[in-house]
Amino acid sequence: MGRFLLGVVRRDLTIAARRRGDWLTALFFFVMVSSLFPLSVGPDPQLLQRIGPGVLWVAATLASLLSLSRLFEDDHRDGSLEQMLLSPSPVVLLVLGKVLAHWLVYGLPLLLVTPLLGIQFNLPGEAIAVLVLGLLLGTPVLSMLGAAGAALTLGLRGGGVLITLLVLPLYVPALIFGAGAVGGVLAGTGAEAHLSLLAAFFLVSFTVAPWIAAASLRVSVG
Amino acid sequence: MEWASWSEFWSMGGRGFFVWSAFGVTAACVLAEALLLRRSARLSRRRLARLQRWDAAPEGADS
Amino acid sequence: MNLYHYASPTTFYRLAGRVVPWAAWTAGILAACGLYIGFFVAPTDFQQGEAYRIIFIHVPAAWMGMLIYLAMAFWGAIGLAFNARLAFIMMRALAPTGALLTFVALWTGAVWGKPMWGTWWVWDARLTSTLVLLFLYLGTLALWSAIEDTRRSDRAGALLTLIGVVNVPIILFSVVWWNTLHQGSSIGVTHAPRMATVMMAGVLTMTLAAWAYAIAVVLARARRLVLERERKTEWVQKILVQEA
Repeated sequence: MGRFLLGVVRRDLTIAARRRGDWLTALFFFVMVSSLFPLSVGPDPQLLQRIGPGVLWVAATLASLLSLSRLFEDDHRDGSLEQMLLSPSPVVLLVLGKVLAHWLVYGLPLLLVTPLLGIQFNLPGEAIAVLVLGLLLGTPVLSMLGAAGAALTLGLRGGGVLITLLVLPLYVPALIFGAGAVGGVLAGTGAEAHLSLLAAFFLVSFTVAPWIAAASLRVSVG
Repeated sequence: MEWASWSEFWSMGGRGFFVWSAFGVTAACVLAEALLLRRSARLSRRRLARLQRWDAAPEGADS
Repeated sequence: MNLYHYASPTTFYRLAGRVVPWAAWTAGILAACGLYIGFFVAPTDFQQGEAYRIIFIHVPAAWMGMLIYLAMAFWGAIGLAFNARLAFIMMRALAPTGALLTFVALWTGAVWGKPMWGTWWVWDARLTSTLVLLFLYLGTLALWSAIEDTRRSDRAGALLTLIGVVNVPIILFSVVWWNTLHQGSSIGVTHAPRMATVMMAGVLTMTLAAWAYAIAVVLARARRLVLERERKTEWVQKILVQEA
């Protein structure tokens, strides 16, 4: 079972490595969208510090969502998805493998760039640390919920936008807890409560979403 | 609740606009839903009847 | 009681047809009573004046919006578990009414906020979670309209509603949490006035009215869906001929 999972992850990573443009685009999107905000609200450091956590969380969310419609699409189009569903390995493992690969390619790089953007928003060191920690918990959840959305909208026109519409409301708690954690650090009230709630959300998501995503794949592929 | 006069009732202590627009929009939504339901039922029936005729009629027959 | 008997579309169509007018009349009468209580029995609130009377629509609509989403999830689950056509039909019939009532809750909530806080929109826990619920409804409706194949459409919507229903308590909790955190700001929480028994009676009556209304509208919509989906069967063809 573990080998199947690793196999799925390795396959997706190899494909992603060949298409370097994809994940770089997501990264640039993240950087550019974040940079738009100082341009539009002005350079006041106090203001930027206040909106920074929220802006960075939303920008990371959108950058990650961009790539989700392709999660199953390519495999579906060339028929390999159907083959994988026919294999004796549980579909849930296929889903988890793809989620892990997606996160490694589209989630993790964002985390590496976040400290630089945090400085752009005048966030102090501890706030940046909490921001990265929160995103570390939140981005996998986004990949997971996004996978469920991608499975549901497989092959549909306007899939990308539709996934965003479906996933964003479900993702609201992560935004609230994640950005709230940084806000807590800035206000001096501490981030433990937010981060523990975010961790709880992470656990609940990974308990429920993989099964729904697996069922959705079966429904969509038929 | 004793309203001193009809005009006092309509004005709702100066908040008439808010109270009546809230109730008004609700009434409009309820009405719209009922009307849309009747309309879609009618259209659906017509379409189903048409499909029924096409299914029953052999090829080439006029309907 | 043989449940499978009631799972037959024919029985449902007939029964629902009898229930709809009854439910509609009940809704009308209850609404009249509720509005009478709301406008002519309930006194002026000492804190919020007359504008609080919006509560007699806002709370019932909000409750029904939530209840209908739960019902959708329930029927979706039944449909997935038993592959029951009627269950999926009920799920789809519920959605538009639920979305509409949630919108009404949102609108009346906002209108209520204006005389209280001077702004048309307030990011308090209740309005925000109502907004997110509306997004969940709209997402489900969008998904259904994007999928042409009925079977896939039904099941996809059911799965989405299931994941939504698990999320709803979390979303509600997080929004309340978020709101209590930001209470330091000048915007406050639109809380209901401490409800006197009379006000409670009015709200409950209106809630029952909303429930009866929802039953009427949803069953009417479900009947139409049954006709459409079962159109190839003899009994539907007979009905179409009869009602033509």
